Amino acid sequence: MVSWLPWPVIRERNFVKEHFIFVGKQAVRMVLLVFFVSLAAFVLVSVSPLDPLQANVGQAALGSMSQEQIAKLQTYWGVDEPPVERFLAWAGDFFRGDMGLSLLYRQPVAKVIGVKLANSLWLMAIAWILSGAVGFVLGILAGLREGSLLDKVIKGYSLLIASTPAFWLALVLLMIFAVWLKVLPIGLSVPIGVEAAGVTVADRIQHAILPAITLSITGIANITLHTREKMVEIMESDYVLFARARGESTFSIVKNHVLRNVLLPALTLQFAAISEIFGGSVLVEQTFSYPGLGQAAVTAGLGSDVPLLLGITVISALFVFGGNLIANILYGVIDPRIRRGGAGA
Amino acid sequence: MEEKKVILDIRNFSVSFEQYEKGFRKTGLPVIRNLDVTIREGEMVAVVGSSGSGKSLLAHGILGILPYNATMGGELVYDGELLTKERQKALRGNEIVLVPQSVAFLDPLMKIGPQIRKGKKDQASREKLNGIFEGYHLKNEVQELYPFELSGGMNRRVLVSTAMMGNPRLVIADEPTPGLHMAMVRRVMSHFRELADQGAGVLLITHDLEQALEVADRVVVFYAGTTVEDADAKDFRSEETLRHPYSKALWRALPQNGFQFIRGTQPYVKDLPEGCPFGPRCEWYTEACKGEISCREVRGGRVRCVRAV
Repeated sequence: MVSWLPWPVIRERNFVKEHFIFVGKQAVRMVLLVFFVSLAAFVLVSVSPLDPLQANVGQAALGSMSQEQIAKLQTYWGVDEPPVERFLAWAGDFFRGDMGLSLLYRQPVAKVIGVKLANSLWLMAIAWILSGAVGFVLGILAGLREGSLLDKVIKGYSLLIASTPAFWLALVLLMIFAVWLKVLPIGLSVPIGVEAAGVTVADRIQHAILPAITLSITGIANITLHTREKMVEIMESDYVLFARARGESTFSIVKNHVLRNVLLPALTLQFAAISEIFGGSVLVEQTFSYPGLGQAAVTAGLGSDVPLLLGITVISALFVFGGNLIANILYGVIDPRIRRGGAGA
Repeated sequence: MEEKKVILDIRNFSVSFEQYEKGFRKTGLPVIRNLDVTIREGEMVAVVGSSGSGKSLLAHGILGILPYNATMGGELVYDGELLTKERQKALRGNEIVLVPQSVAFLDPLMKIGPQIRKGKKDQASREKLNGIFEGYHLKNEVQELYPFELSGGMNRRVLVSTAMMGNPRLVIADEPTPGLHMAMVRRVMSHFRELADQGAGVLLITHDLEQALEVADRVVVFYAGTTVEDADAKDFRSEETLRHPYSKALWRALPQNGFQFIRGTQPYVKDLPEGCPFGPRCEWYTEACKGEISCREVRGGRVRCVRAV
């Protein structure tokens, strides 16, 4: 509301105190999130009909084993322990910084996640940056002239891609580039039959191209559609109308008003998109047999590797939470309506 | 009255919207028809009509910023020459300026100073703005504020300042004082009066007759998308000097004249009556009112009524 005072009332603020409250609130939120996400993941694995012994050892092998051997295996996979105790034991260790041992990889979970994450991270980073940048530009171009041919083409393309499953797109790309044209490898992150020391950066890039592109293409569609929507809203706003009435050219309007107004929601979207990229990577890595975090999650889930699955779940939740947190903080830093402490215009 | 130079002549102006009705049938929705207004240098003309009657479209039509699904008809003559799209583009924001209703028409994320300068950073623009702000008793620190930080008193002056960045010869003020109390209205109006006294033509678009009468030289009464009367502001001193029955009704509705209202509401553009749009609410209504009503001179003003004398 309009204030009648001759000067805007800028409330005295205690920034130090506010920051403490903010940090405290976020920390509590994060702990609660991690707790509930890991609990949910654990409950789901516990109630799943998968028998870890059957899944990992096999019916035939189990049949030829003695009772003692089977009992040993049951202890290893934790079948004989009550679920509540198992979860509490895991949570207690996790709290002390020990993520446990992966049952399938027979290595500390932290180490497995470290290796897989390194593989996935740059795949996701490429997709994240590419889809953000390309989606932003396409969205602006489409929204700038709503209803134009360019808008229709961009919108049609985005809708089509957004409704295409990522794994299907991955298969199509595989068929074209790996099977027909044979220009790119069909899967994995390194060439087969080459020593670890002999793998070059070029090899790694070559193997990451297809999965990264698949992830980007799906991400672009989403960001484009959201940005376009925001653009249409901005172009119909009173302030753009007034800018036009003041003789500003389209270029000037974009430079002065459109970019700064579309950037804020785009930023939130970009950081929120981390979760989508994470989710998408599971399917894409599976399709390309790319040994990343997504594929490890699938393996851990199907193989009842509870410590690994919970570890991945927590790491993913932290990533998504971190993304949203960064978006929130940036919003406060960039948006003057929040930064300058007005209760809203 | 000596003849001053006509700055804008609006002749038979119309705006209609394309609409899709029940599926794919395209229909034109005429929101403004037969609108005639003349604005001279140093003159303040008020177009008075009720809210939602499409008055703002007149402003947007003059500036050439109507939405894409709107079509404009009639003639706009600016400074003796037809106001074409190209001329509109070249003149708006410079010679023809708009003063909007509220700070909602300012970009919420751009500081006042750069926004009024349209992003220009050169010395000349800076000095010009500083001068304008001084004239309106606005502190230079206001340039560093965002629109949401302006107080009610400041934002009117800031909005008028946006107009002064050009070299305004025609100022269009679209409902510049919504929801303000009378003292503030007078102050805002005095800014526009000042502009007119400096030689610019001012077109004031408002729903508030009282306000218009305070400062305007002439009042154009707008009813159901049409101008029904074009009268000197002095004519509004008594009911008898007015010509159109709707203007008379407006006069009677003023607080000091008895607050009387007439029955009915303005017809929606889709169900306009034949002939005179005011017909169904008019006490003078006759058969003759069912035909096409043209504008004619009566006692020095113009009126769109067959029975006015």
